[in-house]
Amino acid sequence: MNPTALLATSNTGAAWVFWVCAIFAVCGALGMLISRKPVHSALWVAFTMINLAVLYVALSAPFLGMIQIIVYTGAIMMLFVFVIMIVGVDASDSIVETLKGQRWIAILFALGLGGLLIGAIVNGLQGASEPSLAAANAADGGNVQGIARLIFTRYVVAFEVTSALLITAALGAVILTHRERYKARKTQEDLSVERFRDRYPAGEHPGNLPAAGTYARSNSVDTPALLPDGSAAPDSIPAPLVERGSVRTIDIQHLDEVHNLAQGDTVIDDDNDQALTPSGPADAAHTDESTDGES
Amino acid sequence: MSTDHYIVLSAILFSLGALGVLIRRNAIVVFMCVEMMLNASNLAFVAFSRQAGNLDGQTIAFFVMIVAAAEVVIGLAIIVTIYRTRRSASIDEPNLMKY
Amino acid sequence: MTFSTVLTSLATSIPLEEHSSDVIAPSVNTPAAASGIFTLMFLLIALPALGAVLLLLLGRRSDKWGHLLGTLMPIGSFGLAVAMYFAMLHRPAADRPVTQHLWNWIDVGSFQAPFALQLDQLSICFVLLITGVGSLIHIYSIGYMKGDPHRRKFFAYLNLFVAAMLLLVLADNYLLLYVGWEGVGLASYLLIGFYIYKPSAAVAAKKAFVVNRVGDVGLSIAIMLMFVTLGTFTFEGVNEKIGSASPTATTWIGLALLLAACGKSAQFPLQSWLLDAMEGPTPVSALIHAATMVTAGVYLIVRSNAIFDLSNTARTAVLIIGAITLVMGAIIGCAKDDIKKALAGSTMSQIGYMVLAAGLGPIGYVFAIFHLLMHGMFKADLFLGAGSVMHGMHDELDMRRFGALRKVMVVTFVTFTFGWLAIMGVPPFDGFYSKDKIIESAFGQGWVPGLVALLGAGVTAFYMTRMWTMTFTGKARWTEQNEHPHEASKWMLFPMIVLAILSLVGGFTLAWGNSIENWLTPVTGFAHAETVLPEKIISYSTLALVALGALIAYRQYRRDVPLTAPQHVSALTVAARNDLYGDAVNEAVFMRPGQWLTRSLVYFDNKGIDGVVNGVAATFGGLSGRMRRLQSGFARSYALAMVVGAVLVGASLVLVRM
Repeated sequence: MNPTALLATSNTGAAWVFWVCAIFAVCGALGMLISRKPVHSALWVAFTMINLAVLYVALSAPFLGMIQIIVYTGAIMMLFVFVIMIVGVDASDSIVETLKGQRWIAILFALGLGGLLIGAIVNGLQGASEPSLAAANAADGGNVQGIARLIFTRYVVAFEVTSALLITAALGAVILTHRERYKARKTQEDLSVERFRDRYPAGEHPGNLPAAGTYARSNSVDTPALLPDGSAAPDSIPAPLVERGSVRTIDIQHLDEVHNLAQGDTVIDDDNDQALTPSGPADAAHTDESTDGES
Repeated sequence: MSTDHYIVLSAILFSLGALGVLIRRNAIVVFMCVEMMLNASNLAFVAFSRQAGNLDGQTIAFFVMIVAAAEVVIGLAIIVTIYRTRRSASIDEPNLMKY
Repeated sequence: MTFSTVLTSLATSIPLEEHSSDVIAPSVNTPAAASGIFTLMFLLIALPALGAVLLLLLGRRSDKWGHLLGTLMPIGSFGLAVAMYFAMLHRPAADRPVTQHLWNWIDVGSFQAPFALQLDQLSICFVLLITGVGSLIHIYSIGYMKGDPHRRKFFAYLNLFVAAMLLLVLADNYLLLYVGWEGVGLASYLLIGFYIYKPSAAVAAKKAFVVNRVGDVGLSIAIMLMFVTLGTFTFEGVNEKIGSASPTATTWIGLALLLAACGKSAQFPLQSWLLDAMEGPTPVSALIHAATMVTAGVYLIVRSNAIFDLSNTARTAVLIIGAITLVMGAIIGCAKDDIKKALAGSTMSQIGYMVLAAGLGPIGYVFAIFHLLMHGMFKADLFLGAGSVMHGMHDELDMRRFGALRKVMVVTFVTFTFGWLAIMGVPPFDGFYSKDKIIESAFGQGWVPGLVALLGAGVTAFYMTRMWTMTFTGKARWTEQNEHPHEASKWMLFPMIVLAILSLVGGFTLAWGNSIENWLTPVTGFAHAETVLPEKIISYSTLALVALGALIAYRQYRRDVPLTAPQHVSALTVAARNDLYGDAVNEAVFMRPGQWLTRSLVYFDNKGIDGVVNGVAATFGGLSGRMRRLQSGFARSYALAMVVGAVLVGASLVLVRM
C-alpha cells in the first residue's frame, strides 16, 4: 500500500497529517507576514506551499500535490527568490507603518473577512456527507488519468487558451524587462572623446596648463615654457604678468638647446661639464639653476 | 477529516494573505501574499472537489496554478522594471495616482 | 382693475357711433401679382437703398458728386411711383392692389415670412408723399448742407431713411414692416445725431432711439400675438382671420399696435423725443415731421383697421391718445420761442389730429390719411421755411431775435405764409379740407372729441400766427452787423416754392368730388359721420375760432416782443416751456424707479443668485478638495478600501440572509 493511499484512507493518520500540516501552513503564513527580509518571507511561503502539497495529497489529489511542489515551490517561488536577489537580498523592510491606522484597520477587517468566510462556508456545509474521491479517482485508473481526461475533454478549450496565456506572459516578461538600444554601444574611445568634448569648450586646453619655465633655462614664473618644437607656450605665463608686459624673452641659444634635446641628443654644455638630459625633474631643475646662474 | 477543517484553514490562509497585502510595503512580499491567497483558494477548490466527489475542482485548481504562473512572470517583470527606474521596490513609492 | 377694463369703461362713457348699414367695409380682394410697370415695385425701395449703400461704401471718393446721386435716387423712385399711380388709376378699384413676391425670407415650419411687397391705394399715397416730399427735401439739402464736410454721409443717411420708410409702407406683412420700422428708427438716430460732436445732439439721438424702442416693443408684441392667435402676420391673413380671434386678443393686439404707433408718431406718453429731435439739421426735421417717421404710426393704425374696427376699447384708446397729444402739442407750441421746437409742437398736435381721426374708425381713417398727406406738404414747407430763416440768420433759432424778415426774405416769407395759412385751415389752403373733415368726424363721435378738435384748431391758429408774426412782421430785433439776414440759395428756394404751391392746391384737388374717400375706401372702409351738430355750423365755428386765435396772436406779438422771455408768467406757460414736464414725468415715473429696480436687481443678482451659484460651486469645490485627499496614491489604501468594502458587502449579505 503506497503512502498516498494510506493518507487518504486512514482516519487517524489523516487527522494527524491535517493538524500538523495545517499548523505548519498557518505558521508559514504568519512567518511570511512578519519577516522583515523578503527572502525570509519567500522561504516561509515555500514552507506553507509544501505543507499545502501534503494536504492536497491527503485530499486525494496527489497530482496537484506534486504540481504544487514542482511548479509552485520549485519554479514560482524560486523566481521570486531570483527577483529578490536582483532587487537586493540584504534589503529589509522597516516595520514602522507609515499610513495612519492602516495596520489596525487591516487586521480588524482581515479578521472580519476570515470570520465571514468561515462562518458562511462552514454554515453552508452543515450536514454534508463524509466525502470521498475514491470512486472518481478509480474511474479512469488513477487521479492523474482522471484529471487528464477532464483537461482534454471538458476543459480542452480552457487548456488551449492557457497555452496562449503562457506564451503571452513569456513575451510580456521579455518586453517589459527588455531595454531598447537606440544607438550603438559606446566604446571606451567614444566615451573619452565625449568627456573631453563635454568638459572643455572649443579652443581650451584639456588638462593642466604647462608649468612656467619648462624646458627653459630659467624656472622663473615670468619665463614661458618651451614647447618641444621650441616655440614659447604663452599659456604658461600667469595672465597678470602678460598684462603687465613683464614676460621674459627667450634666448635663441636656449632654443637651440631645446631643439637638440628634442632630437634626443645629449648636449654637453661647453662651460659646464654636466649633461643636460630630459631624464628627470631634479636634473632639469639643477640644469636650470646652473644655466640661470651663468647667464 | 471533514471538509470544514480544510475550509477553515483555507479561510485563515486567505485572510493572512489579504492582511499581508494590506500591511507589507515591499512589492515582492505583497506579491507573495497574493500567491498565498491563490493557494488558499486552491485548497478550497481541492477540498470541495473531494466533497463533490468529482475531479472538476482539482482541474480548476490546476488552471489556477497555470494562471498564477503566468501572473507571477508578468508581475515580477513589472516589479523589476519599476525597480530599475525608481531604485525601490516599495509600493508606497509609485504614488503618481496621487491627487 | 386692469388697464383694458379702465379703457372699456372709458369707452362706454363716450357715446360711440353704432355703425349702421351705410358703412362701406374694406374690400377683401386678394391682391393680384404684379405685372407691367408694377414688376418694378422693388426698385422703389432699391434705388434709395442702393444710393445709401453706394455713398457709404465709396466713402470720400464720392464726396464731390455724392449729393447729386443721393438726390437722384429718391427722384427716380418718385418717377416710378408717379408712373405706378397712373397705371393704378387706369385699373378698376378691385384690381388696384398688387403684390410682388421677391423671395422667401424666413421659412421655418409653419412660420413663413415672405419678402413680399404690396402696393395698394393706401401704400401709393405714402409712396408718393415719401418720395415726392423726400425728393424736394433732398434738393433743399443740397443747398442747406453746402459747406458741411459730411454732406455725402448726410445724403447717404437721408437715402437710408427714405428706403426704410418705403419698405415700411410697401411691406405686405407685419414682420417686414417691422424691418422698415427699425430701419426708420436707425436712420432717425443717425440723422438726429448728425452733429455728433454736439453733446446735445448725441443725447437727443439716443433719446429718440430709446423712446422709439419702447414703441418697437409694442410692435413686436403685436406681431407675436398675431402669430400666436391667428397663425399669420401678413396683412391679408390678419384681415381675414382677425374676426375669429377672441375679443381680448384683438384688444391687446390693438393696444400693442397703439403703443408702437405712439413711439414712432411721438404720441402721448412717448412724445418726449420729438422736441429734442430738433437737434438734427433742419432738412432732417422736415423729413421726420412731414414725410417719414412720424407718419408711420398713423399708417400702422390705418393699415390695421381690421383690428381696430373689431375692438372698441383699442379704438377708444387711440382716440384718447390722439386727443391728449393734440392738446399737449398745441400748448407746447404756444410757449416755445425756438422756431423749430414750436414747429415740433405743432407736429405733435397735427399728428394728434390724425391719430384722433384714426381712432374714430371708418368715419375717420380716410381723413387721417388725407390730413397726413396735406400735413406732409405744409409742414415740409414750414420746416424748410424755418430752415431758410435759420440759414439766413446765422443759425439763430430764437424767434424773439427775428422780426420784420418779410422784407429781407421775400420768397421765404411768401412760402411760409402759404404753409401758415394751410396749417391753420384757412380755405382754400389744403389744411382746411382735411382738418375740417376731421373736426366734423370728431363731432360724429360725440361732443367731447369734437370740442377738443375744435379747440385745437383755435390754439393752432394762435401759435402759428404767433410764430409767423414774431418772425416776419413787427420790428426787426436783429442787427445787420450781427446776423446779416439774406435769402437762401435757389436749391433751397425751389422746393419751398413747390411745397407752397402744393399746400395751396393739394387740398381741393384731392377733396374734389370726394376723390380721396373713393380712392381709399377699398382699403380702409368708410362711413359717413352723423354729426351732433349740422356740418355748416361746425365749419363756420371752426373758421371763427381760427380767426379769433390768429387775431389774438397777431395783436399780442405785432408790437413789442422782449428779447428775453418774460419770467413772471402763468404756470401753464412755464409747464409748456418745459415740454409739459414730459421729461420730468419720464424721469420720475420710469427712470428713477427703473434705476432703483436695476440697482436692486443687480444687488440681488450679485448677492443672491451669484451667491447661491458660487456657494454651490464653492461647497462642491471645497468638498472635492477634501475628498481628493482620499486619493493618497498609496495602493495599499486602495486595497484596504476594497477589503473593507468586500467585508461590509459580505456582512450585509449575511445579515440579510439571517
